[in-house]
Formats: sequence, C-alpha cells, structure tokens
Amino acid sequence: MDWATDFDVLDPRYVGDPFPIWDELRRSCPVAHSSRRGSNWLPTRYEDVTAIAHDVAHFSSMEVAVIPFEGEEPEEPVLPYGLPPISSDPPLHTWTRRLLLPWFSHKKVATYEPLTRQLCRRLVAGLAPAGRADAAADYAQQIPVRVIAHILGVPAELSDTFTGWVRDVLEFADEPERRFAGMQALIRYFLSELERRKGEPGEDLLSVLLQTEVGGEPLDHALVLGTAALVLIAGVDTTWSAIGSSLWHLATHEGDRKRLLAEQELWPLAIEELLRAYSPVTMARIVQGDVTFAGCPMKAGDRVLMNFPAANRDPAVFEEADKVLLDREHNRHIAFGSGIHRCAGSNLARMELRVALEEWLAAVPDFSLEEGAEVTWAGGQVRGPRSLPVVFG
Amino acid sequence: MRIRIDPDRCQGHARCFAISPELFEVDEYGYSSLRVEGDVPPQLEEKARLAVANCPEFAIEELA
Repeated sequence: MDWATDFDVLDPRYVGDPFPIWDELRRSCPVAHSSRRGSNWLPTRYEDVTAIAHDVAHFSSMEVAVIPFEGEEPEEPVLPYGLPPISSDPPLHTWTRRLLLPWFSHKKVATYEPLTRQLCRRLVAGLAPAGRADAAADYAQQIPVRVIAHILGVPAELSDTFTGWVRDVLEFADEPERRFAGMQALIRYFLSELERRKGEPGEDLLSVLLQTEVGGEPLDHALVLGTAALVLIAGVDTTWSAIGSSLWHLATHEGDRKRLLAEQELWPLAIEELLRAYSPVTMARIVQGDVTFAGCPMKAGDRVLMNFPAANRDPAVFEEADKVLLDREHNRHIAFGSGIHRCAGSNLARMELRVALEEWLAAVPDFSLEEGAEVTWAGGQVRGPRSLPVVFG
Repeated sequence: MRIRIDPDRCQGHARCFAISPELFEVDEYGYSSLRVEGDVPPQLEEKARLAVANCPEFAIEELA
C-alpha cells in the first residue's frame, strides 16, 4: 500500500502499529492523501496538526468523525444540533462549551475521584483470584462509562445495563444489529429521562442543563440531548483506550512498572508521557473553501484527519520521540487536542487514567502478556487495545 | 525571573497548574492566571521553566 497517496486508517497494519508508518510519512510526505471514503488528508507533523487546529475559519468542526457516516440520513435527525460543542464552530461552540466546562474543572473532577477509586478497587479485586484477566474488556472498558453515568445522573442500579449499551455502540461497530440496538436503547433512555427530570430535577448534568436559560430562553431539548450524547461518546472509549494502552505498556515494560511502584514523585510526568506516546484520539475537520496547505491543494468539503497521535511522536518536537521516557520533562503533547476544541474532559480523563493505574498496580504489581494469547487493537477514531490478556505474578 | 501568560492563547489544558499550583491558578473554565506578581520566587524558578516548556499552546513565556 502507498501510505502517502492511498492510506487507510482502518487497515489492520495501521491499527496495530501505526508508528513506523507515521515516521515514514513525516520524513517523506508529510501530509498524506487518500480517496477512500471521500477525499481525506492526514498530516503527521506537530507543526501542521497544530496549525490546522488553530485555523478554525478554514477547517470546520461541523463533522468530526474520522470515518464518515455512510447510511441514509433521517429526514428529521434526532440530534439537529449535532453534539455541541465538539461538532460546532463559533459562535455556537463558544457558549455551549462554557456550559460544559465547569462540570470538568479540576475542583469538580476531584469530587468524582473517590467513586472512581472505589470502582477500580472493586473491579481489580474481582479479577485477582483468577490470576489472569483481559485488562481491556474486564478492567479498562468498565471504568469511564460508570463515571460518566454518575455525572449524567444514571442511577447506580442501572449502571451495568447502561455500560452494556454503551459498549455495544462503541466496541461492536462490526456487529451493526448489536450497535443499533444499543443506540436505540440509549436514545429511548435519555428521551424518557429528559421528561422525568423536567418535573423532578436532580443535581446531575442533564437536570442542570434542562434548567439553564440562555438569553432568557430555556435550552432546546435537542441541544441538551446532543450535549449529553457528546459527554457519553467523548468520555468513554477515549479514556478506556488510554487506560488500556498504558496497561499494555506496563505489561510489556517491566522496568517502567517497577519505577512507577517505587517512585511516587514520577507519576505526574509519567501520566503525561503515557498520554503522549499512546494518544488515543484522532478527530476530523472539514475544509471550508479551497485552500493550499503545506503545498497540498485541499478542496472545500475535504476531510482532514487531525493526527494528534502522530504529532506527539514528531522528533522535531520531542527528543527520542519513539521512546517512552516516564520522566520526560519537556512534553507539550496534544493528546487532548490544540486550540479552541481542547478536550473539555481532559481533567477527568487524567484523573481516571491515574486512579485506574494506581489501583491496578496496588493490587497487581507484577503482570505480563499471556503467552499465546492475542492482543487486538481498535483504531480509526480512537486507538487502544480491544483485548489485552494478561497473567498476574 | 519573570513569566507571563497570554490569555488569548491559553485553552485550559491546566498543565501549568498541575506543575505548580503555587504559581498558577485556574478558573472553573480551566483558564490559567498567575498567582505571583513580579519576580518568580527563586525556589519556584525551576517549576516556572517546566510550566513554560510544557504548555501545549505556547501561552506562557519567560520575560527577558
């Protein structure tokens, strides 16, 4: 395959090990193009990715999906506003983002830490007796959705059902019926909850948005629904992928595992380094009007895949970019994006990653990949291990 | 040593706050501001340099 002119982000080679492909493109290309699934551009240098992220006039967030939706658009879309603020440009972006940010401030996130820790501790305690586990499916994928469910006010007794729906949607894209059923269940649930909470508001995000007025008018329900859907979609497989990839790293790098256990002061730098090296998320932008960027003739409507993960491996910005250095001191990584769409949940994601690793290592200080078992990866928009069989001790 | 934050560049990554809550504070939207006026206390200079070197938006600069 010619990655420079015909790349495919769903190719198993790209999903499994994209790093050498990015290195080669960065040296020889550095903005790749592909005509699969429409006209797509793929920058690989830090300088290019950040420049595009900051040029919101030419590169719109109206569609952020890396893989375009190919089914038929319904006549009356369920989410007419999309998923604000992620799928919007200013001015809608500006005020909808301000509604959301306080829910993910560092102070607010600190209040979610005890329940996250309790959850992680319970999960890993359940795995310990078996002496082995799928660290992705049985652990990483169980954590973020339950924290988000709490923020959205989903009752604890519904948490397992809710987690099942979300995993069906996010993790089983290759089983369309399962995915569709999960999505229908989630939409039905949220529509009924919106009605219920109008009458009996709680202190959760959904209730508060329903009571919020902007310019003297209550928020449109479709906008509240879109924002709730965003929190759910953006806050779940992204974070579980970061947790899963970090556990993969620790399963395969004994020295780093021992350092984390021995050097408490290393943790803040180490978390940022794991985020840099295994950045899970790629987002898309839509080109507005024809524009030439880095010599590339981009046309209106083309998709640019914001390759934050490749930017974070750019040797022009990071020394020994392909190595994980847990004590890396200079680390301007953009795992959470760059510019006005900086991930609104970055404080939450960091806390969940740290707590998930702390609790795992406290219970399972020594673990490695299970011999003969296969590690599989999900990729495209969000890269992380889908299955990570490990043995303890 | 003196530093400044460019409020037009800051996007609320909160990396500076994580490195030094003594030097920086963040509001509920994540935007950062300086807690010190004038010179950075000598014992915090190393942290100030780290904050400059880790801001993904190049929003913190050391003033000559």
